[in-house]
Amino acid sequence: MGYSGFLHMHEEFSLLAVMVFLLIYDIFAGKKALKFFQPVALVLFTLHTFLNFIPREAFELNGGMYQYLPMHTIIKSILNIGTLIVLLQAHKFLNEDANRIKRGEFYFITLATLLGMYFMISAGNFLLFFIGLETASIPMATLVAFNKNSRKSAESGAKYILSAVFASSLSLFGMSLIYGSTGTLYFTDLSTLITGSPLQIMAFVFFAVGLFFKISLVPFHLWTPDVYQSAQTNITAYLSVISKGSAVFVLFTILIKVFGNIVTSWQPILYGLAIASITLANIFAIRQKNLKRFLAFSSISQAGYILLAVISGTAMGMASLVYYVLVYMFSNLAAFGVISVIENRTGKIEMTDYNGLYQTNPLLSFVMMLALFSLAGIPPFAGFFSKFFVFSAAAAQGYYLLVFIALLNTIISLYYYLLVIKAMFLNANENPIEKLTSDFPVKLSLVICTAGILIVGLVSTFYNQIASFSFGM
Amino acid sequence: MNFLSLFVLIPVLMMAGLFLSKSRKQIQFVAATGGILLMILSGVITYMYMTERAAGNVAEMLFTADTVWYAPFNIHYSVGIDGISVAMLLLTSIIVFTGVFASWKIDPLPKEFFLWYSLLSIGVYGFFISTDLFTMFMYYEIALIPMYLLIGVWGSGRKEYGAMKLTLMLMGGSALLLVGILGIYYGSGATSMNILEIAKMHIPYDLQKYFFPLTFMGFGVLGALFPFHTWSPDGHASAPTAVSMLHAGVLMKLGGYGAFRVAIYLMPEAAHEMAWIFLILTGISVVYGAFAAIRQTDLKYINAYSSVSHCGLVLFAILMLNETALTGAVLQMLSHGLMTALFFALIGMIYGRTHTRQITEMGGLMKVIPFLGVSYVIAGMASLGLPGLSGFVAEMTIFIGSFQHADTFHRVLTIMATTSIVITAVYILRVVGKILFGAVQDTHHEHLSDATWYERLSVVTLIIAILAIGSAPFWISGMIQDSVAPVISQLAK
Repeated sequence: MGYSGFLHMHEEFSLLAVMVFLLIYDIFAGKKALKFFQPVALVLFTLHTFLNFIPREAFELNGGMYQYLPMHTIIKSILNIGTLIVLLQAHKFLNEDANRIKRGEFYFITLATLLGMYFMISAGNFLLFFIGLETASIPMATLVAFNKNSRKSAESGAKYILSAVFASSLSLFGMSLIYGSTGTLYFTDLSTLITGSPLQIMAFVFFAVGLFFKISLVPFHLWTPDVYQSAQTNITAYLSVISKGSAVFVLFTILIKVFGNIVTSWQPILYGLAIASITLANIFAIRQKNLKRFLAFSSISQAGYILLAVISGTAMGMASLVYYVLVYMFSNLAAFGVISVIENRTGKIEMTDYNGLYQTNPLLSFVMMLALFSLAGIPPFAGFFSKFFVFSAAAAQGYYLLVFIALLNTIISLYYYLLVIKAMFLNANENPIEKLTSDFPVKLSLVICTAGILIVGLVSTFYNQIASFSFGM
Repeated sequence: MNFLSLFVLIPVLMMAGLFLSKSRKQIQFVAATGGILLMILSGVITYMYMTERAAGNVAEMLFTADTVWYAPFNIHYSVGIDGISVAMLLLTSIIVFTGVFASWKIDPLPKEFFLWYSLLSIGVYGFFISTDLFTMFMYYEIALIPMYLLIGVWGSGRKEYGAMKLTLMLMGGSALLLVGILGIYYGSGATSMNILEIAKMHIPYDLQKYFFPLTFMGFGVLGALFPFHTWSPDGHASAPTAVSMLHAGVLMKLGGYGAFRVAIYLMPEAAHEMAWIFLILTGISVVYGAFAAIRQTDLKYINAYSSVSHCGLVLFAILMLNETALTGAVLQMLSHGLMTALFFALIGMIYGRTHTRQITEMGGLMKVIPFLGVSYVIAGMASLGLPGLSGFVAEMTIFIGSFQHADTFHRVLTIMATTSIVITAVYILRVVGKILFGAVQDTHHEHLSDATWYERLSVVTLIIAILAIGSAPFWISGMIQDSVAPVISQLAK
């Protein structure tokens, strides 16, 4: 088939083109042209998002090394939109004097991790998958350590890279065991060759740890709060939504594609992980005073909820999972958007700093409230629908007890989300955060997120579109 | 679009109008217009319902409409009403309307207050018009959340504690409920989440015995089922007037309505088997609530415990599973809704003047504020079941219905529950005697002004409704009785 097959990889190549163009632009453009670096980058990335919006027919390349399904376009588009929102929110931060010189790198590295996730999603072979995984995690460490003058940032970068490498090596070890027991790494062949021998189950466990780490499930979550707290807020947002979203999707597809035969072996594992993640993260979140740590624990418990869709292992679960990622993206990015605005201007990040925020910044508090209600799963916001669908997918397979435990946890989660709302709306404050005016890109990003939170649930088109592609997975 | 959806649409438009309003005058105008429109609408619906029934339409639900919403989950946006929903819609409209006038001069942030208030009413109206389990549950949850901010921001006393307790406990109820709903849907194997469709299917008893208690308790939390009633005193006592009115008046009825329409109707076998457990619990609610009210000295706490007792009676009657008792339950929902709203409105108005709710610090108010004093006596009489007022009709029907059971268990429980009437008289008369008669306790209370026009409007509307049900109950009890019949036939299967 030659090299012409590569031309089918639209998403990857168009992203690569944007990346390379931006890199050259950053290096060779004059001072005047560099002024337009961010607008150009954002326009190009938006263009890339739109060009790759329409799903195509399913196909395979290079003997099954690369597999494309229409669903991949959906999840990649969700990641694209999320990345776009993060880039909009980071606009101001990157225009500061200290960071202007690093803008090119920021874009290049962020998009490189996105490219890695693309490959993870569309991989049809463990090798390509591993390359994707590494491309997504090693540049991520540099992003986490982006503030090179800050000790904390460097520390969290080191934390991230060490845990990431450890997790990937376990994953790689798992893959080698799979290869040892079956003699192939192609997903299509493996689906029949994996029969559930003890070695293969061990291989699965090792392999899955790499993904559990990226999704930050308990007990692989210990890096999350520290890294989330110390990294630049926009990068934390990226880490908590895009990186996590792609990893859960990949987890689901590989579980079905490769480990479909040993479904009875992995379901109990995920069952335990889901309960542990939701419960422990919720309990820890109650005590957090720093909002970024708080959202870190909240995102761990959200990941636990997503696992309910994974456990179901059905087409309905797939659709619910993708929908959940979409809604979670809007809600979490809205929350991080507000936090980053306030942190960048005032440096305040503690929950007590938010006391009386509604008096001075009603719109920001309103967006934050919507985001938190959506995360807590309160109607009419989108989070309610995504939670309901995930629970429904699990209940359809008879996991009533799991749904029940997860639902009891929503009470705890509502409590801590209400703590933030209480701080903003109820608590009095002598000197609240002064009135802030956001610049256009941030406003745009918050408008997109708010619209998403309000519309994606009440209008059923989004879910129905996703569901129409989920069958045949 | 079906015109029943107007019940949801009008509050949505109210929210839009409020959002655009600039001054207090405009806010009041929008809120009052919305309240009046909803009153007119529910009046029209009641009339249309009665004429349709008189014309011989015997369908279980009238004015149904159905739109597919989420096809993969068989979720439809489907609406429809029967006599019970009509009664509840009427009640809601009266209370929303009077609530607007009871909080005419709300301070601070009137705009935000009415925005949340409208959202709350969307939830309540939507719940009563839905016939789809999912939309019903969604509206139920919509009604829960505005409570937190309404109590937290505009409340009094231990408002933050009360708000958090109420929200979390009700959220716990909805967690139980959601498992129940998913169990009902997947257990019945129905291809629709519509209640009428599911009722045609049969849920195996092995599943019913798990999901009936979950669903019943889920709704029971909202209906103040012992021991899940503890949110009610703290929540109601710290809530602002209009919110206490709407919450005790209507939201607690969501519990009874849901327990009846979802738990009993869809899972009749388990209802028969397990009713005794919940009968004991609701019996405790009835008596314990009344005894607790005797011990309180804060007016709002007294009324909140009295609500626990009266709402317990609603659930108690529902669990008797016969036609008379079920009709009585719905009548009690109506009667208690109006009466407790009147109580909370009056308490709010008295508190606004005296700045205390402790009965020990008040006295002789009848001489100072006669209008409010007389209204308070009327509310009290309705509460202790004076013939001619709504409370008598409802409680009489309930106890007759309950006594129709010939076995010892039901009869003993019924007799115990009837004692609450006496206890109610004790706490009502004690309060009336203490705060309205005797000498004025506090010299500051000697020159209080009586009710303003908007307060009078709100109080008079409620009193008229109470009198109407009390003196001419048959049109409404007939309407309810017709609609109870399908549930009875479901139970007889």
